[in-house]
Amino acid sequence: MEFTEDQILRYSRHILLPEVGGDGQEKILNAKVALVGAGGLGSPVGYYLAAAGVGTIGVIDNDRVEISNLQRQIAHNTNRLGVYKADSAKETYETLNHDVNVITHKERLTSQNIKNIIKDYDIVVDGSDNFPTRYLVNDACVMLKKTLVSAAVFRFEGQVMSIFPGDGPCYRCLFEIPPPPGMVPSCQEAGILGVVTGVIGTIQATEVIKVILGIGHPLKGSLLLWNALDMSFRRVKVPRNKECPMCGEHPTIKELIDYEQFCSMSH
Amino acid sequence: MADDIKVDNTLDIKGQICPYTFVRSKLTLEKMQLGQVLEIVTDHKPASENVPRSMENEGQKVLNIKQTDEKEWHIFVRKDKEKKKT
Repeated sequence: MEFTEDQILRYSRHILLPEVGGDGQEKILNAKVALVGAGGLGSPVGYYLAAAGVGTIGVIDNDRVEISNLQRQIAHNTNRLGVYKADSAKETYETLNHDVNVITHKERLTSQNIKNIIKDYDIVVDGSDNFPTRYLVNDACVMLKKTLVSAAVFRFEGQVMSIFPGDGPCYRCLFEIPPPPGMVPSCQEAGILGVVTGVIGTIQATEVIKVILGIGHPLKGSLLLWNALDMSFRRVKVPRNKECPMCGEHPTIKELIDYEQFCSMSH
Repeated sequence: MADDIKVDNTLDIKGQICPYTFVRSKLTLEKMQLGQVLEIVTDHKPASENVPRSMENEGQKVLNIKQTDEKEWHIFVRKDKEKKKT
């Protein structure tokens, strides 16, 4: 492709990098990435992917912007209260970069719709705030062989892992089944330091860009843990589990599962 | 010596300043074949030093830098390397 004059200027700091160059930037422009959730994690992921020039960004979220979101969900703002988060994120990202086409999916992911929604994307980013969605996304990505950059945050901590189905562990290799409802504090009970979602979300965005470019070492088979109070990172090796019900030698999960919602507040 | 160099492509970046001098040179070289030679024409003195240095950092061969006027330099670069792999 030929870059426009504006693109040469806009992406010059990428093009300068030996690992990126013009052809790397072209890969970014041609990439299609789906964001599950336009909340604390999804906001910064989408922001940096839009800035980087990811050509197609799918935003999957059926919530509307509330004032309590704005302490961390930086894709939205006070003027957008009551607006669908997917629409708000589209406005933010497309305003930042006209090269980006944001496709909104104002639906809640279920076993019935997820495959159809994510099938046209190359990479899926999980920024969901609940276990049913987290497992649903993992399972659908394994079934469709989509690269998944998964993350979660809790109070002052966050974790990130990238999943390459068939090549390295999936989320269920690590945590086979979701915790039972009531075992973990729901999102409204736990609290979250806003900036933690920014740190973890930008790490997810970094992983996405690396995967698009095929450079460096993604978090394949390793879980990155970060603690804001200690300002410490730990990288824990996660082996593939032969007994994994999803991607093991004898998978027992053949169909997608809609687990019971136990974060009652959010939907 | 420069007169002996067979040039495959010429890029005029007069009026351009750093880092766009190198950005444009790099984009042009990416589209060329290994072994081909790009002649870059610049009127920006820092570029006459920075562009060759950056090209060498990326593994390309700078064959010659020729000043033809008070404010005009011709940089001859041979493409020796495809994009860096990590």
